[in-house]
Amino acid sequence: MASSGTVTSGEYIQHHLTNLTFGPKPDGSWGIAQSSAEAAEMGFWAMNLDSMFWSIVLGALFIWFFSRIAKKVTEGVPGTAQGFVEMVVEFVDENVKSSFNARNEMVAPLALTIFCWIFLMNFMDLIPVDLIPHALTLFGIHFQKVVPSTDPNVTFGMSLGVFFLMIYFSIKVKGVGGFAAELTMHPFEAKNPILKVLFLPINFFLEAVGLIAKPVSHSLRLFGNMYAGEMIFILISLMFSGGAVLILAGGTLQFIWAVFHILVITLQAFIFMVLTIVYMDMAHSHH
Amino acid sequence: MNINVTLFWQMVFFAIFVWFSYKYVWAPILTAINARKATIADGLAAADKGQQAEEEGRKAAEQVVNEAKAQASEIISKAEKTGSEIVEDAKAKAVSEGNRITTAAQDEIQTEMNKARESLRGQVGELAVQGARQILGREVDAKAHSDLLDKLASKL
Repeated sequence: MASSGTVTSGEYIQHHLTNLTFGPKPDGSWGIAQSSAEAAEMGFWAMNLDSMFWSIVLGALFIWFFSRIAKKVTEGVPGTAQGFVEMVVEFVDENVKSSFNARNEMVAPLALTIFCWIFLMNFMDLIPVDLIPHALTLFGIHFQKVVPSTDPNVTFGMSLGVFFLMIYFSIKVKGVGGFAAELTMHPFEAKNPILKVLFLPINFFLEAVGLIAKPVSHSLRLFGNMYAGEMIFILISLMFSGGAVLILAGGTLQFIWAVFHILVITLQAFIFMVLTIVYMDMAHSHH
Repeated sequence: MNINVTLFWQMVFFAIFVWFSYKYVWAPILTAINARKATIADGLAAADKGQQAEEEGRKAAEQVVNEAKAQASEIISKAEKTGSEIVEDAKAKAVSEGNRITTAAQDEIQTEMNKARESLRGQVGELAVQGARQILGREVDAKAHSDLLDKLASKL
């Protein structure tokens, strides 16, 4: 960040980790937070405009591109774009077929959406950290996080969506009683009715922890990986304010980290998708 | 880093994207892929069938050719046989005809010879009488010596 020599490294990092937040101000009016402290004070009703914008743009890009191909899809010889789309669809389809044993037409499109959307959001990480925020500063927008998957709101939004689907399908497939039994009759089982009642709260506690851990770990895994990756890009870009040697070293490091990150962003998208499929399978399977 | 209402809106848009993907992306593309798979499978099966048919056709053609060859050679040998028979026949006929002609010629010659001999026989008496008349210088009575003359003529 060569333009502002007055900011410290700490301020630079803090600046990069603050969302463009729109919400209620202490004086009662609504507006965009001018500092990270102000953004934090806005509370629950604030909205991260940058996360919303980029995630929706990228999600819409995915839907637009795929549905455009799907609309004029040909059963004959496919073009390059259709070949690419079919490759992605078949890849997801294979994963769903190998992990998901029940019949539900919703799961495969869900997995496809998750994989493509997360990949695109993660991909924003490969864009140099200062490029878009700096350009937007020229237009008077001071905060910008361009990687939506480094915002826990985004990752939790998806993992909770998957979580609710999981509960919905569990109840739909096994019934309320079946789902309740699943939560209370394991892992300690007993024939004796008194023991059964005794085990009930213990089982419920253990199962509830396991159930709630799913969406938390699901989203934090993605968030943690992307946040850490973004942080390293920010730290590397700090080197660009140094001398020629530091700039050269920073450039080399950034290149190496970006190449490595190509693997990370794909892998994280893939892991999120596979876990979604596995959770859906668990929701559909009887014990 | 703050959890706020963004979370809610993210879930809403997540649901919207999944629904769009379900409605407008997944089904048409997978249908096309499966249809193409079926087409390719059919094509491969047809190619296999075609290959098999070609093989069978080739075999049938080979058999026809072989049959034709056998028939041709049979015809040729038959024709050769017939030809030689005809030649043999012709030879035999020619020989018999030759023999017949020869015999007829010999018969005719014999007849002619006999005829000539008969006419010579008729004239021999007269010649002998004339010859004797010259030698003797006088008339010889042919009737008186007819016995002698007949004897002479028969000796001829």
